[in-house]
Amino acid sequence: MDYLVILLLQIGSAVASLVLMSIGLAVIFGMMRVINLAHGEFLMLGGYAAITAFNHGVNLWLAMVVVAPLAVGLFGAVVERLVIRHLYGRLIDTMLATWGLSLAMIGFVTVVFGNTVSGISAPLGSLSIGAYRTGAYEIFLIGVAVLLLVAGWLVLRFTRYGLIARGTMQNPAMAAALGTNPSAVYAVTFAVGSALSGLAGGLLAPLSGVVPTIGAAYIAKAFITVISGGAAILSGTAIAATLLGAINTLATFAFTSVLGEVALLVAAVVLLRLLPQGITGRFFRRAL
Amino acid sequence: MTTSSTTASSTGSSTARPLLQTRGLTMRFGGVVAVDHVDFTLQERELRCVIGPNGAGKSTFFKCLTGQLVPSEGDVLYRGTPIAGSGSHRIARLGVGIKTQVPNVFDGLSARDNVWIAAAKVAPGRAAERRTDEAMARVGIAAIGHRLVGQLAHGQRQLVELAMVIAPEPDLILLDEPAAGMTDEEVDRLVDLIAELNRSHALVVVEHDMQFIRRIARIVTVFHQGAVLIEGGVAAILTNEQVRDVYLGKQAASPPHASRGEVSAQRTEGS
Amino acid sequence: MKAGRVKAGPVKAGRMALAGNLAVLAAGLAALFGLPAFAETYLIINSTIFAAFAILALSLALIWGYAGILCFGQAAFFGLGGYTYAVAAINMGETTLPALMAVLLPALFAGLLGYFMFWGRISDVYLGVITLTVSLIFYRFVNQTAGEQWNIGDAPLGGFNGIPSTPILNWPGRAGDQLAPEDIFALSVGLLLAVYFGCKLLLATRFGRILVAIRENETRAELLGYDVRLYKLAIFMLGGAMAGLSGLLFANSVFVSPTMFSLPVSGQIIIWIIIGGLGTLIGPVIGCILMQVLTNWLGTVSQIKGFGWVDPNLVLGVLLVIFVLLVPRGLTGLAAGVWSWLKGLANRAPAERSATREQTDP
Ligand SMILES: Nc1ncnc2c1ncn2[C@@H]1O[C@H](COP(=O)(O)OP(=O)(O)OP(=O)(O)O)[C@@H](O)[C@H]1O
Ligand SMILES: [Mg+2]
Repeated sequence: MDYLVILLLQIGSAVASLVLMSIGLAVIFGMMRVINLAHGEFLMLGGYAAITAFNHGVNLWLAMVVVAPLAVGLFGAVVERLVIRHLYGRLIDTMLATWGLSLAMIGFVTVVFGNTVSGISAPLGSLSIGAYRTGAYEIFLIGVAVLLLVAGWLVLRFTRYGLIARGTMQNPAMAAALGTNPSAVYAVTFAVGSALSGLAGGLLAPLSGVVPTIGAAYIAKAFITVISGGAAILSGTAIAATLLGAINTLATFAFTSVLGEVALLVAAVVLLRLLPQGITGRFFRRAL
Repeated sequence: MTTSSTTASSTGSSTARPLLQTRGLTMRFGGVVAVDHVDFTLQERELRCVIGPNGAGKSTFFKCLTGQLVPSEGDVLYRGTPIAGSGSHRIARLGVGIKTQVPNVFDGLSARDNVWIAAAKVAPGRAAERRTDEAMARVGIAAIGHRLVGQLAHGQRQLVELAMVIAPEPDLILLDEPAAGMTDEEVDRLVDLIAELNRSHALVVVEHDMQFIRRIARIVTVFHQGAVLIEGGVAAILTNEQVRDVYLGKQAASPPHASRGEVSAQRTEGS
Repeated sequence: MKAGRVKAGPVKAGRMALAGNLAVLAAGLAALFGLPAFAETYLIINSTIFAAFAILALSLALIWGYAGILCFGQAAFFGLGGYTYAVAAINMGETTLPALMAVLLPALFAGLLGYFMFWGRISDVYLGVITLTVSLIFYRFVNQTAGEQWNIGDAPLGGFNGIPSTPILNWPGRAGDQLAPEDIFALSVGLLLAVYFGCKLLLATRFGRILVAIRENETRAELLGYDVRLYKLAIFMLGGAMAGLSGLLFANSVFVSPTMFSLPVSGQIIIWIIIGGLGTLIGPVIGCILMQVLTNWLGTVSQIKGFGWVDPNLVLGVLLVIFVLLVPRGLTGLAAGVWSWLKGLANRAPAERSATREQTDP
């Protein structure tokens, strides 16, 4: 019984970190058809922002939840202006340019912070369930992931920005015809997506620590989750994260953590072969 | 080419059996019914024109015939062989060539290379070269053979595509708005070419330009809202009131005409 | 006048191509015979790595530049080639068969993966994700193969340390009679030349021309009766074989380790091609060599005090962004542009003169 609870918590935690890792990428891909290959480095930057702020005496929660998204959101706005804007509609070129950006960011952060692991210890201590112990912070992250999804849904469903965003998602030309300026929508979207990545980076930093090269660990999983999820930003990400997170955790329990990751990757490849448009490209098409 | 002779002999007579037949062909995109239970029959070496207002489903119909779309329902028979849902390349190998509405050409290649790629599918080595030159001469683009197709005017791209379609000598040629973007001279040549091609090939031509239709057509099929509205001789069709209404954008089943066409009445109910 | 230019065009282009080919051949032969005469072993081994990487660059240049398949995980075949060779050579002793296997196995694996992707009609981006994911699977998997239970026969996979005892090729049939670094170098440059001209020949055949047509417009190729999937599969397998060959040569100049499968390796190949010029063969080779020289140089410079900011990643990344934004056709495209601009300048003067004469004539 306790074992089962722990297993479920582990699955929940794996799913939550997948959601956190990919939500920023999903927003940008879903709305702009732009794949930001520097996404992992955006998370990395969020982590560094949080840790730096914390080391300068900022309250840890403020550093993770306010400083990190703000810093990365601003950075994203600049990147949109300088690079992304010139490449709209050229999916492959955007991927290549953002790949270049990711290398440059790794290089830059290495120069500034050095090629060493920095970390903060996870707050909230631990919980015991029967004979097992688990970090309370992991459970907190599950809550955050759910909150983010619900908030995202509310924004898309009920706000003016959400309406415009949904219109742009379905048909950019039509949104333009309705008098909204798509390039402004894109700029805001990219900044919001970046801020979400920053938030995720900040929140995940206590668990994984940060190194300049940590982005590589994030990007592949995020990329896979978003693409497997398909067109619908929120439900796609949630479903794909649940599926892949569960497979990852179960395989980790059964074998080793590396084989857990391998199982996740294999599952993603098979999934894409069966559903080339992603899960929501085939099912739940009307979902958000 | 061999396929056609074997299937022909297996049934004995080739005159009785149509070259192309669709039965209840239907294509839906979500809620939109782009092609709606179309029964269409084309004899060997027939020339058929297909007209219909924008969005009537003509191009979608062609896409279902050539395997670019898998029809939601219904059959497509090519000399009696069911081909609905086969890959495009399979259908092409049976002898179906198509010039699509949006020119599908190899932009980065020269005009001659474009046509050569088409010829090389059915003929080896020197024969491919010969077919290439022949097709280019027939269409009248021999002089621009070295030009990159991406840099040609729309009408010339259409001609290149036309040469690509005829180079393999397909038995059935589908042309989707071939005259669009052509100069008067080029249209004149196209009219002659269609007549000449029709001596040995079956053709289906989609066109909006009624002058052009008048010059080439014998039998015309009219599409409206995905379904066949009416079919008949060109003179009768072009003077038909219902057809005119459809083209002028009136509801074909608006009260004064309600009795005239059951098909169109159903259409409006459905939409 | 117009007709004259029509005829002159292809002939002139043919002559230019011939000159280009001769130049490449000359450069290759010069490296092949010139370098060992004066260079130290260190430089020879480094040049061997360059040649191996150049073959890797060609493998992606072929499938991406000419068949339009953007593979984000070309490193998978590179690593597979290296590991196949190392494991087979350790087990067999004699290295000729392992060397062949290092080319064949990646090709077969590419065949399997290609069948999976092309028959599923997976589009560009998704193809990128799948190939990237597959290379990651290899990377993660091989990284954790430390320990006895992961031995294949006599060969320990060695986890993140790789296989430092990767055997060196021996002369065919003479097990234990190893090639000297100079021989490996000659073999690599010779193979690079062979692969380069092999690709050139291939692209001139019917198969090659159809491949380019498919890159230009897949739908049209299908509508003409070509089974696009088969062509893509064939070229993808060839690309896999070439990457495997490159892995074999790399294994012989360094040793095999999981980094061969890593994302940075796949990324590097893409950078070489973008910098050199997509859709050419010589561009990616030039891009590869330039970038390798640059990375090595930056690596040394950044060690010097006060130059710590010259991080290779930073420079490469900025270069990639700049090229994608401003020089999308790469160095070869840039060179061609400058060349035709110069020719235009040279031609304009006489043309203007004749134009004024025509005006005054009647
Ligand atoms: N891939 C698609 N997805 C959704 N709807 C489609 C698709 N293709 C076509 N349609 C719809 O099907 C209908 C028929 O389109 P089609 O292009 O076949 O018309 P058409 O008769 O060729 O028109 P035109 O004369 O303008 O070329 C249109 O309403 C169009 O919007
Ligand atoms: Mg049409």
